[in-house]
Amino acid sequence: GALGGTVHAQETLEPNTLEEIRSYNNFYEFGTGKSDPAANAGDMVTDPWEVTVDGLVDNPGTYALQDLIGDLTVEERIYRFRCVEAWAMVIPWNGFELADLLNKVGVKEGATHVAFETAVIPEVMPGVRRRVIDFPYVEGLRLDEAMHPLTMMATGIYGEPMANQNGAPMRLVVPWKYGFKSIKSIVRITLTDEQPPATWNIINPREYGFYSNVNPQVDHPRWSQASHRVIGGGLFSAREDTLMFNGYPEVASLYDGMDLTVDY
Amino acid sequence: MTAIVDPINRFARKVPTWVVYIGYLLPIPFFFYLAATGGMGVEPINALEREMGEIALQLLIIGLAITPLRKHAGLNLLKFRRAIGVLAFVYVGVHLGIWVVLDMSLRWEQMWGDIWKRPYITIGMIAFLAMIPLAATSNNYSVRKMGATAWRKMHKLVYPIAALGAVHFIMVQKVWEAEPLIYLAVILGLVGLRYIPSQKATGVASKG
Repeated sequence: GALGGTVHAQETLEPNTLEEIRSYNNFYEFGTGKSDPAANAGDMVTDPWEVTVDGLVDNPGTYALQDLIGDLTVEERIYRFRCVEAWAMVIPWNGFELADLLNKVGVKEGATHVAFETAVIPEVMPGVRRRVIDFPYVEGLRLDEAMHPLTMMATGIYGEPMANQNGAPMRLVVPWKYGFKSIKSIVRITLTDEQPPATWNIINPREYGFYSNVNPQVDHPRWSQASHRVIGGGLFSAREDTLMFNGYPEVASLYDGMDLTVDY
Repeated sequence: MTAIVDPINRFARKVPTWVVYIGYLLPIPFFFYLAATGGMGVEPINALEREMGEIALQLLIIGLAITPLRKHAGLNLLKFRRAIGVLAFVYVGVHLGIWVVLDMSLRWEQMWGDIWKRPYITIGMIAFLAMIPLAATSNNYSVRKMGATAWRKMHKLVYPIAALGAVHFIMVQKVWEAEPLIYLAVILGLVGLRYIPSQKATGVASKG
């Protein structure tokens, strides 16, 4: 494709280094500190990997990852990635459109949402053993969000297989939403006819809405979302203004008629 | 107990307070150097800001522990308490300066809004403001001028300040983290110790 959202801002997007992308992560299964995932995720085995596809689909089942996605076309997309904590990165993902995967498994009439679930492997996940939050980590999208051409499943970064701390072997990437929506190390994809639960929304619904679209006008109760800092600029890196939908205005029509201060 | 405490007391008598000042002031440029040269990770601003805040909290705790240590353990570190308190203020000041200049990039409007709208920032700012009069009166002249009783009374403010600092730390986190909760527990414990009479007063001290 035309690399989706990178088209209108191609010149301004300078990707972070692979080292930055691999060393500063939120992946609570491996600990709550930013360097915990890089330090602890190495023991997770991602090959073989199975993904269960169920719910309102034509071809439900538990698939070996390669059988599920091996024939899909992988492309590179350079996306802004905006964390709800008011920092950001620019990441050159390798992956395919989620729509391709959903079309392959066949979405049944009546499905309105897609639910996702992260692996829970206590033996290699110290954060799971400490129960820092309720696991498994779950997330969800409305079906039209999931089918949007910007929404992808990533399997690599910079042309290399994805590091475990980034969500290997397969993770969601929804560039216009806060990073926590882009669920990592996916083991289950469920097509459903109701709004699925989402981990941070369950933990604190006032602070994290189901939609969690990047929106500089709707503040997190504990901090402003008007600006953020791009990781990698060093000690004197200035903040920049956060853009509506993280600079992907083409998704705005998904939310026509909705009050985004209510459905945040 | 005295076998351990006495040598420490003798040693402490010989150590001049400027050693404490130097020992705590030198790490500040060192941490900035580390942050500027990649030694604090790829997000050095946040790491540095947090490090300065944590050291400030640790200093407040050390300062609060000095009286109970003397009362209950016979350890006399009283001569360092003023230095510890002033250094805590310095670290809070650096922490705040990092927030204003490096973290918020001098976005005054956003900061002003945050100070009023975000309880954890409001609390942190109150704690900082409350430290100003304490730091400003941390000299012999002020003690003489105010009178020892009034001075001591005012400096009890450090208890709520430390507690507010720990609450500020807890509220920054996205989930209930152990570390900030431990800070608060220690501070509340030190407040509680004030109400426990010393061993001498109760006469239960073992003969040693």
